[in-house]
Amino acid sequence: MKDEQKTQQATNKLVKKLVVTVFLMFGFGFALIPLYDIFCDITGLNGKTSEVAASQSSFVDKTRTISVEFIARTQGNLPWIFKPEVKKMNVHPGEMHQLNFIVKNNSVSNMVVQAVPSVSPGIAAAYFNKIECFCFNQQPLERGTSADLGLQFYIDKDIPAEYSTVTLAYTLFDISENIEQDEFIKLFAANKN
Amino acid sequence: MATKQLSWLIPAIVLSGNASANADEMRLNMTKGVTDISASVYNLHMIIFYICCVIGIVVFGIMFWSIIHHRKSKGAKPANFHESTKVEILWTAIPFVILIAMAFPATKTLIEMEDTTDADLTVQVTGSQWKWHYKYFEHDLDYYSLLATPQSEIKNKIAKSANYLLEVDRPLVIPTGQKVRFLITSDDVIHSWWVPEFAIKKDANPGFINEAWTRVNEPGIYRGQCAELCGKDHGFMPIVVIAKEPAEFDKWMAEKVEIAKKFKEEEQKLLAMNMPMEELMALGEKVYNANCAACHQQNGQGIPGVFPGLKDSAIALGDVKEHIDIVVNGKAGTAMQAFGKQLALKDLAAIVTYERNAWGNNTGDVVQAAAINEFLVDK
Amino acid sequence: MSTKNLNADNHVEEHHGAPSGIMRWLLTTNHKDIGSLYLLFSLLMFFIGGAMAMVIRAELFQPGLQIVEPDFFNQMTTVHGLIMVFGAVMPAFVGLANWMVPMMIGAPDMALPRMNNWSFWILPFAFLILLMSLFMEGGGPNFGWTFYAPLSTTYSNDSTALFVFSVHIMGISSIMGAINVIVTIFNLRAPGMTFMKMPLFVWTWLITAFLLIAVMPVLAGAVTMVLTDKYFATSFFNAAGGGDPVMFQHIFWFFGHPEVYIMILPAFGIISQIVPTFSRKKLFGYSSMVYATASIALLSFLVWAHHMFTTGMPLAGELFFMYCTMLISVPTGVKIFNWVATMWRGSLTFEVPMMFSIAFIVLFTIGGFSGLMLAITPADFQYHDTYFVVAHFHYVLVTGAIFSIMAGAYYWLPKWTGNMFDEKLAKTHFWLSLVSVNVLFFPMHFVGLAGMPRRIPDYALQFADFNAVISIGGFAFGLSQLLFVAVVYKCIKGGEKATAQVWEGAEGLEWEVPSPAPYHTFETPPTIK
Repeated sequence: MKDEQKTQQATNKLVKKLVVTVFLMFGFGFALIPLYDIFCDITGLNGKTSEVAASQSSFVDKTRTISVEFIARTQGNLPWIFKPEVKKMNVHPGEMHQLNFIVKNNSVSNMVVQAVPSVSPGIAAAYFNKIECFCFNQQPLERGTSADLGLQFYIDKDIPAEYSTVTLAYTLFDISENIEQDEFIKLFAANKN
Repeated sequence: MATKQLSWLIPAIVLSGNASANADEMRLNMTKGVTDISASVYNLHMIIFYICCVIGIVVFGIMFWSIIHHRKSKGAKPANFHESTKVEILWTAIPFVILIAMAFPATKTLIEMEDTTDADLTVQVTGSQWKWHYKYFEHDLDYYSLLATPQSEIKNKIAKSANYLLEVDRPLVIPTGQKVRFLITSDDVIHSWWVPEFAIKKDANPGFINEAWTRVNEPGIYRGQCAELCGKDHGFMPIVVIAKEPAEFDKWMAEKVEIAKKFKEEEQKLLAMNMPMEELMALGEKVYNANCAACHQQNGQGIPGVFPGLKDSAIALGDVKEHIDIVVNGKAGTAMQAFGKQLALKDLAAIVTYERNAWGNNTGDVVQAAAINEFLVDK
Repeated sequence: MSTKNLNADNHVEEHHGAPSGIMRWLLTTNHKDIGSLYLLFSLLMFFIGGAMAMVIRAELFQPGLQIVEPDFFNQMTTVHGLIMVFGAVMPAFVGLANWMVPMMIGAPDMALPRMNNWSFWILPFAFLILLMSLFMEGGGPNFGWTFYAPLSTTYSNDSTALFVFSVHIMGISSIMGAINVIVTIFNLRAPGMTFMKMPLFVWTWLITAFLLIAVMPVLAGAVTMVLTDKYFATSFFNAAGGGDPVMFQHIFWFFGHPEVYIMILPAFGIISQIVPTFSRKKLFGYSSMVYATASIALLSFLVWAHHMFTTGMPLAGELFFMYCTMLISVPTGVKIFNWVATMWRGSLTFEVPMMFSIAFIVLFTIGGFSGLMLAITPADFQYHDTYFVVAHFHYVLVTGAIFSIMAGAYYWLPKWTGNMFDEKLAKTHFWLSLVSVNVLFFPMHFVGLAGMPRRIPDYALQFADFNAVISIGGFAFGLSQLLFVAVVYKCIKGGEKATAQVWEGAEGLEWEVPSPAPYHTFETPPTIK
């Protein structure tokens, strides 16, 4: 009888351990999201650039020139016009640059959009520093109006030599339906000031 | 079941006779392709295939030897051995060495494939349900490329042509001998841009760009298909690439850019004109069947629960402006695309007119290009 | 199989006042009853999933659209995959584990019998939900069994909710089954049955159970994220909200790759039981088999991204996953070599289980070869998402997993029913299956290499001849499986009485109890020398 109790106890303990593992693994499924982001930051896996502003650079490497290409797209059915002022720029690593993207809301309603940057080759994303970018914020725009969206950036001087061309692509997503009504109004009010 | 199978078999045999006569010879193996990269990929494929064959012959040879000679019916007595560290280490080590030998050429080819620097020409490739869009980065030219095989061939109403399902209305054109870089992305779900002859297969992910490159050695027409399940018509979005000599390519490009410019001017003129109803309806039917019927169906009844019908629908019978808006700008969060970017003003006007007057939708509305243009400022 | 087989000392049943009829099966906590339920359920699912494969093959018999619409075709490929993976292969292995693990380690039953009952009986509801979704307006899930976002989120219809719920239930069932197997093996081994004395089927199942516990919750996480992305405005996989659709594939394949081994490790176990029996010789390299299984399981967590080479990974990532994937072929090779060495200088006879096992070794190895080819990243760019991949995983799962299940079923059927099966009929089943399965899957290599993408309802003309052949093979393979039902039915009804040992060379505890195995076995644990 004692043996049986002992087995019973061992069984219960093991079951508990296994159930806890199940919950941990379920949590791990969700933990993969931030882990993946960190992993991408390090390896440049998905070509996402940093979502926070970088600080100014103090050194310019005049010996190298990198060609930076800009692509601006609207996602799916978004009836907006979105294009960069210039398609291509030759820059020295560390050198600050500024350019505008022109947007126009051609739809019949006020909309809020979010620009999502993607850099190719993916590894170069880690060296693409943005001091100011419209992609940090949601962009409200009234129907029929246009605006210039600014981007200030420099390429890190540590960028490996094999990257002579870097492409920065922005995709404009309509997120009007994903934000709350009062926040929507607030965004437009803030835009007016 | 049996008779049914038989009745399929007969047309299948007739068809396949046609097919092998028209299409390239029936292929059993991977293509060597037309680039240096595709040739080294083919070589890798053959090396690893031969390695597998040799291992297979040795292992199965030993097994079948044993099956033939060590059977009980032949009086074989079982031996007693059941382990041998020496042998076990040996057959762990040998595959290991083979794999390392294999890893070298594979790594070399892979590094070459990923080197997208110093391209001579850049093409933005965008997949969407269910077509490809090409935009030349350095030139003022972009266009959609759609399946050109008519529905009647797919539905077995007429004989299938040689390049059935592998033909498009406007193929991508690239120069030979130059490094062409592709920037691949998607407008909706994930697609995959695949041209076997270039050994390029790269996913088109919405919101992200991917890079691939090629340098085609021989002029020709190269065909591929979307390789990632992207919904209903995944099987119907082929890729056709024409490689031309650089001089010819430049000529082609100059011509196309000129035509695109003229086309825009033409459209401006069109705004002042009115087309008669019959003409719009006839054009509308043609354009509708090519662009809309895949989802909304030729009879305008859609597919219940998936694609809404247009016959007797609130949109087709309601406010003209809303109707135009949805055709031109699409509907967010659904498969309904913005056709404003894809079709000419005339075609758009014809589609809306057609939808409002076909299948018993008797609104009598005639929509002109000028009305469409209001929704398309700055096209 | 039946209560009539009770031994005199099996008085426990009478205390309970055994229910009869349907209630007996609904309420049973007996591992043999539940094992039978699992096996019959998986057989049913095998035919439902198979019927869907027949629809697919009928449509692909010739170019052009003739039988089904593309959207319904996609639903068929999706549900065929889900049913075969979660409804046929996995429950069949759980059924075999339920029947055989306690008998092999000298335990009276599974350690958690009530949970065992529950983990089976939620399964029919999971599949009922999945199958019912096909009848919804707009149809069932049509995004492939891999349900890549955003096709399964923004662009899917409302059957997705049912799909998610159904996958959740399947996951819960698998996790409970796995917990039960682990607890049973850890606690209920007969005295003297040390870990390194356990039969290999028990070992492979123990490792499989740990894999299940590690990855089924990850799948549950993935489907939950799909659900909240679709209905609750989260943006796990939506670039607009800061998410990443490729992230979905990472999570899915982190589950998906170990899942592949979940479906093949128990098969290795079964083959490792059968080959020594009919070679009349001990298994060669027992401990290297155990270590090989464990290292395959560990490596399976490091190779998931080889399913996604084309998604655009940095070079370093591609190289890492290529090397790890190539590495897996080493322990897998060790297993094949061990089986061949077991047969070498044995005293071979070729009863039906052995025939299926030999077919398994050859055909699974072919699947392994194409797997090695797929590991070579540059070549994978050409193979990926073509029929070459379809050929690869069907060789591994049909002539691998399914053939091993058939082998196991024929091997233990006399133990379960007490009767020998109709050997002639079974041999016919084997030969028909062997020929048709190769007519079905081998030409897929060719069409894949020639450039036919997978998951398409219609194809270019140069693929027509082979597709007609493949379809004929498919129909033949499908029909041949009806013979299996006939063999099992006849065997349950009667036949030549089986001895306790059944097969001349069989060794192990399960062969020491009479045939059919009594309702309760090993109530007093046996002692292992």
